Amino acid sequence: MGIITIERKVLEKNDEIAALNRKLFKDNKIFVINIVSSPGSGKTSILERTIEELKGKINIAVVEGDVQTDFDAKRVERYNVPVVQIVTNGACHLEAKLVKDALDNIKLDNINFLVIENVGNLVCPAGYDLGEALKVVILSTTEGDDKPLKYPKMFMNSSVLVINKIDLLPYVNCNLDVLKKNALQINPDLKIFETSCTSKEGIKEWCEWIEENVST
Amino acid sequence: MHELSIAQNIIEIVKDYVPEKDYKDVKSIMLKIGEMSGIVADSLEFCFEAIKIDTPLSNSKLVIEKIPFMLFCNKCKSETSNTFGVRICDKCGETDTYVVSGTDMKITEIELDS
Repeated sequence: MGIITIERKVLEKNDEIAALNRKLFKDNKIFVINIVSSPGSGKTSILERTIEELKGKINIAVVEGDVQTDFDAKRVERYNVPVVQIVTNGACHLEAKLVKDALDNIKLDNINFLVIENVGNLVCPAGYDLGEALKVVILSTTEGDDKPLKYPKMFMNSSVLVINKIDLLPYVNCNLDVLKKNALQINPDLKIFETSCTSKEGIKEWCEWIEENVST
Repeated sequence: MHELSIAQNIIEIVKDYVPEKDYKDVKSIMLKIGEMSGIVADSLEFCFEAIKIDTPLSNSKLVIEKIPFMLFCNKCKSETSNTFGVRICDKCGETDTYVVSGTDMKITEIELDS
């Protein structure tokens, strides 16, 4: 009987490709965020407001991830920014290899800000590095203030939390202070923004933060 | 439900380490899975059992050791654990802590019958 002793991370292959993506982004001076959230929290809406606010100031490109359809890419295309749709055909998250392949369809030398919109899922995308600078988790007020405690891994692995749909706070059972307290218990280093894509509240602050991180 | 793709990754990694002629002799694959790794051990075992049948590793099984989520507190210098994933020291309540273990997932040993 033989025992082979190894010490290998199960997702090492994904991490290796993510490292290649990260180097590519660094060489091209592109600030890359990986947006993660449950379905319907407003990822694409925030992206649309962001493009409206920042177009002409910085050069944005988008990689859209969905289980099925190119609805989101079509929404983003209307703003005349480069966009690639990844259809995962059932897979619940994006992996580094899918992003690497998608990058073949974007001219990176013209870009300084890339948004990867992950598949809507508050569990699986947390475990996969895509080569991004940081993960941004979006949580909408309609989802409730307990979600950071119920899905800790996502909040643990994200650097920024965007609390969206704050215009709906008077109508939903969500306490903003409790939500923030819960999120900071999981990750005390989280940077938090509060936004509404309808009233556009907080979009300016969010976009200013992006501008600070983009090298022009 | 990404345990299926994790199970496929495990099979690929084992194939990297074991010579092809010995695939059928792989008896156990030892895994260390952090309690905050986002992986459900039962679900991973279920997926592995389901897909191994169509691979040369059909005689193997997973042996999973769960690694607790541990924090080190920069204030009181103690190591504590919790099952919620919160970054709060269980001893003094401080949030100035860092994660020591329990967030990743590794293959540590492959056992072969021979």
